[in-house]
Amino acid sequence: MQDRAVLEKKVPASSGDEALITLDRISKSYGSAEILNKVSLNISKGEFVSILGPSGSGKSTLFNIITGLVPADEGTLHVNGEIGYMQQKDLLLPWKTVLDNIVLPLDLKGFDKKASRAKADALIDRIGLRGYEHRYPSQLSGGMKQRASFLRTFLASGEIMLLDEPFGALDSITKGKMQTWLLEVQKELGVTILFITHDIEESILLSDRIYVLSSRPGVVKEEISVEFDRSNKPGRLLNPELLMMKEAIKGLL
Amino acid sequence: MNRLKKLDQRIYPIATLFLAVILWQLIVTLAHIPLYILPSPLDTVNALVSDFSAIAGHVGTTLYESVLGFALSIALAFVLGILMDSFQVVKKSIYPILIVSQTIPTIALTPLLIVWFGFGILPKILIIVMVCFFPICISLVDGFEKVDKDYLNLFHSYKASKLQTFIHLKLPYALVNLFSGLKIAATYMIMAAIIGEWQGGTKGIGVYMVRTKNAYALDKVFAAILVIVIVSVAFIYVINYVAKKTTHWK
Repeated sequence: MQDRAVLEKKVPASSGDEALITLDRISKSYGSAEILNKVSLNISKGEFVSILGPSGSGKSTLFNIITGLVPADEGTLHVNGEIGYMQQKDLLLPWKTVLDNIVLPLDLKGFDKKASRAKADALIDRIGLRGYEHRYPSQLSGGMKQRASFLRTFLASGEIMLLDEPFGALDSITKGKMQTWLLEVQKELGVTILFITHDIEESILLSDRIYVLSSRPGVVKEEISVEFDRSNKPGRLLNPELLMMKEAIKGLL
Repeated sequence: MNRLKKLDQRIYPIATLFLAVILWQLIVTLAHIPLYILPSPLDTVNALVSDFSAIAGHVGTTLYESVLGFALSIALAFVLGILMDSFQVVKKSIYPILIVSQTIPTIALTPLLIVWFGFGILPKILIIVMVCFFPICISLVDGFEKVDKDYLNLFHSYKASKLQTFIHLKLPYALVNLFSGLKIAATYMIMAAIIGEWQGGTKGIGVYMVRTKNAYALDKVFAAILVIVIVSVAFIYVINYVAKKTTHWK
C-alpha cells in the first residue's frame, strides 16, 4: 500500500490547457476479442504523455484509432490539429535521400520544393544529420534513421506527434542517447508528444504524465503525473523516486 | 576483393567453354566429320566472317522486331498491371486466366498468326508480346502487391493521392521485382522472334537459319546461333546495367 502513495494521482481537470487530443470512453473489439474498454485520455499542448502497457494491451489499436486508420466501436475522439506518427520501423523510403525522405510529406502536399528543402535543411543540425542529407537510408545507423524519421514526422504535422515505440528496435546504448535527444528536441521545437511504450523506465524518464494500460482488454488502470525533476528530465535517472515509481507501476501491471 | 570475386565468377565458365570448344574442334577434325553433319568451331567462325553482311542484315530485322515487341510488352504489362492493382475485380478476373494462358504452346499458334496477319513483322511482334508480356506483367503485379502495408498507411496518413502513392511508393518498390521479370523476358525475346520467323517470313535471322539449314550449310546455321547468343547476352547485359542504375539503393 505504501507504493500507492508514490503515485500522485492527478484529477484530469480542465486546467485551462488547450486539449489537443481527447479520447472519451473509446472501446474496440475484433470479433469476440475485446481489445479496448472505455479508454479515456487527454493530451494538452506541449505535454509529453506516455501510454504504458504490456504487449496485448491494445496500444497499437489505440494508436490506429487516434491516427484514424481504424474506427472505434464506441466513444468519441477529438483531435485538434494534425497528427504525425512514427513507428518502431523508420519507414524511410530506401530510394530517396535522407533530405528527400524528410520533406516527403511536404512534397506530397504540393508545397514549393525549394522552400521545403530549405526548411528541412535548417533543422538538419538539430537531428545531428548534417553531412548525411544526401546519403541513402541504407548508409545510416538505426538511431540516425529514427532521427530522420522523427524530423519527417515533425514536418508532416508540427503539432502533435504520436510515437509508437520508436526506440524499441535500438540497442540500449543508442536508446539512451535517443531518449536524451528526444527531450532536447521536444523542448526546442515545443511539440506535443504522445508516446507509446512498454518500457516503464522509459515512460517515467520522458513523460509529464503516464497512462497505464492493462492487458486484454486494454483499460486505463491509472493516470500518473510524474512531478519530480520536471525541468531536468534526464536527471530523473539518478533520482531514487524513479525506482519507487517503477516498482509502483510494476505492482499495477 | 570484389573485383577478384567477379573475375573468379567469370574465369570458371569461360575456361569450361574454352575447353569444350577445343574438344569439339578436335573431334570434328580428327574424326573427319563432314560439314553437313557437324561444323567445327573454326568453320562456324569462317562462315560468320564470310557471310557477315547477310547475317547482319537479317539480325537487324530480328532485333527491330524484338525491341518493338519488348517495348510493346512492357507498355501492355504496365497498363494491365496498374489496372489489376487499382481494381481488385480486374485482378480477380484476369490473373488466373493469364497464368493458364501460359500453358498454350506458342509454337502451335504461330502458323495461325501467319495465316491471319501475313509474312510481315506483325505476327512476329505478336509472338514476342505473347511470350514476353507474361513475366513482365506478373513481376510488376507481384511487386505492387509486396508493398509493405506500413508504408501504405504512412502515405495514407500523409493524405497522398493514388497517383502520388504510385509514383513515390509503389513503382519504386516494384522496380526490383520488375527487373527480374524483364530479365526473364529478355532471354525469351529473341527466341520468340525466331520461332515466328522460322515458320514463315521474308527476312530475319530465323528465315536465314531455315534457308541455310535447307541448303545443308550447317556452318552458317551455327554462325547464326552464335550471333543470337551474343545478341541475347548483350541485351541481358543492358537490362542488368539499367537495373543497377535505377535500383541503385539495393
